[in-house]
Amino acid sequence: MTDLRDTPPSLDRDALDAEIAGLDALGFPATGHVSFLRRSWNSSWPKLAALGFAIGGWYLVVWSGWQKKFVLPWPHTVWSRLWQDVANGKIPDAFAITMHRAVVGYAIACALGLVIGVSFSRWRVLRVALGSFITGLQTMPSIAWFPLAILLFQKSEGAITFVVVLGATPSIANGVINGSDQVPPLLLRAGNVLGARGLQLYRTVTMPASLPSILGGLKQGWAFAWRSLMAGELLVIVPRVFSVGARLQNARDLSDVPDLQANMIVILAIGIFVDALFFGSAQRFIRRRWGLVDPAA
Amino acid sequence: MTLLDRPTDLAEVQTLDQRGHERDEIIAIRGATRVFGHGPERVVALDRIDLTVRRGEMVSLLGASGCGKSTLLNILAGLDRPATGTANVLGRVALMFQESALFPWLTVRGNIETALRLRGVARKDRRPQAMSLLESVRLEDFGERRPHELSGGMRQRAALARALAQNAEVLLMDEPFGALDAITREVLHAELERQWIDHDLTVVFVTHDVREAVRLGDRVVLLSSRPGRVEADFSVTLPRPRRIDDAAVNELVNHITAELHREVRRHAND
Repeated sequence: MTDLRDTPPSLDRDALDAEIAGLDALGFPATGHVSFLRRSWNSSWPKLAALGFAIGGWYLVVWSGWQKKFVLPWPHTVWSRLWQDVANGKIPDAFAITMHRAVVGYAIACALGLVIGVSFSRWRVLRVALGSFITGLQTMPSIAWFPLAILLFQKSEGAITFVVVLGATPSIANGVINGSDQVPPLLLRAGNVLGARGLQLYRTVTMPASLPSILGGLKQGWAFAWRSLMAGELLVIVPRVFSVGARLQNARDLSDVPDLQANMIVILAIGIFVDALFFGSAQRFIRRRWGLVDPAA
Repeated sequence: MTLLDRPTDLAEVQTLDQRGHERDEIIAIRGATRVFGHGPERVVALDRIDLTVRRGEMVSLLGASGCGKSTLLNILAGLDRPATGTANVLGRVALMFQESALFPWLTVRGNIETALRLRGVARKDRRPQAMSLLESVRLEDFGERRPHELSGGMRQRAALARALAQNAEVLLMDEPFGALDAITREVLHAELERQWIDHDLTVVFVTHDVREAVRLGDRVVLLSSRPGRVEADFSVTLPRPRRIDDAAVNELVNHITAELHREVRRHAND
């Protein structure tokens, strides 16, 4: 026992510093570093394999002779048609028209959704009065808006934008509202103790704490906007505007299946790339920064 | 009437003096009662609590769970107020929790700078002040890390630095070391003692660990549960630095533990 007492008393400052430094060295979690190439390979080979399987399956179905070749052509027929239309500028032009619509509609939806979301999470009355209405809007299929949109705006860009905005806004607003609901109460208390009140508390704690959920809403909003836009382009064909959807509808009218499928591939590819490029990487970034991922994984 | 987040107000001190309070009291709670719920669900969290803390004291609040310790801290921190009675704190207050409650989206330095910003420190002064606060808790090399990259003990030291950034005179701590391992805890006891001395703090330390209460406190205030009342107020005159396994600490721990057991048994007849 007496030997133990010979250790330095606890307010010997140098000894305390040494103990703290030692504990920090022991307790600091090690972070492994994985090279960029390795990481890219790890995340891309499953996707490439899945794509290979899908195309292989397509070949198998065509080969089985289940449908006539002009109804269900070989993948390479569709592929060469796709390249041809990319090279002669038809698909790039259609892409430009469609993406312009998508960006305009989505931008309006983002602005509206954020304003609605922030107001609803700041004022309880609004929330109680209209909260379930917003959720109801979210479940409403956007195609159901088109008859009204066409009456209001005729067959014009306005009709399409109207439906895209209505499709995306509720998801974005809900992302903001849910985010502010899920802020850990402890962080709000901490902000309170630090002297943040009202709008300052919202800006300092609530907003950053709900960013992962807001991003989820933006991502879902994009998916809804994209679906609404495609429904719109098929239904509302503005004369002499050859958008991706209009080309798809045109190919169906002409029973030009390789063209039809080439356009479907464009639609699918845009959906996948926007999601992966913007939302996927943003979500990974935020999840890492917010400490929501296991660093060892 | 509460006086929170404001520097000492002379008029208030004089009023207090006319009421016959001691001048160097920094915390004065008189007959504070706080009740939650109604009817059969009614819980008396605090029942006519009287507690005074002098400037520069380190007071351990000790009690079984459900004795209203956290309610009391919330009242002192200005997050809650008593239904009857008064709670006066003459000085700026900081509060630490069992979890660090650092903002995960900011770096450690960013967390401290946020506290400085909310206190009104000018933008250009925030960084140097944050760095010197980090140095004072020996985290100067970890300022650019995020909270989740640190160990539990480092997080609590970062939280301590953030509390110090508020330039508080009163530091309220709600079981701040409860989730740490024994060694880290002992080291942080010494670290808290150092900050307490270096920054002339008044500390109210809530814990359910008798040993920790005796290790740290100038006084150990024993709260009873349901209703929450001050059951006993032990003054601890053991010299510092203390060690958690000192014989004298042990003796007092046994005495207070016996008291605590009596208090728990009383509830068997409820």
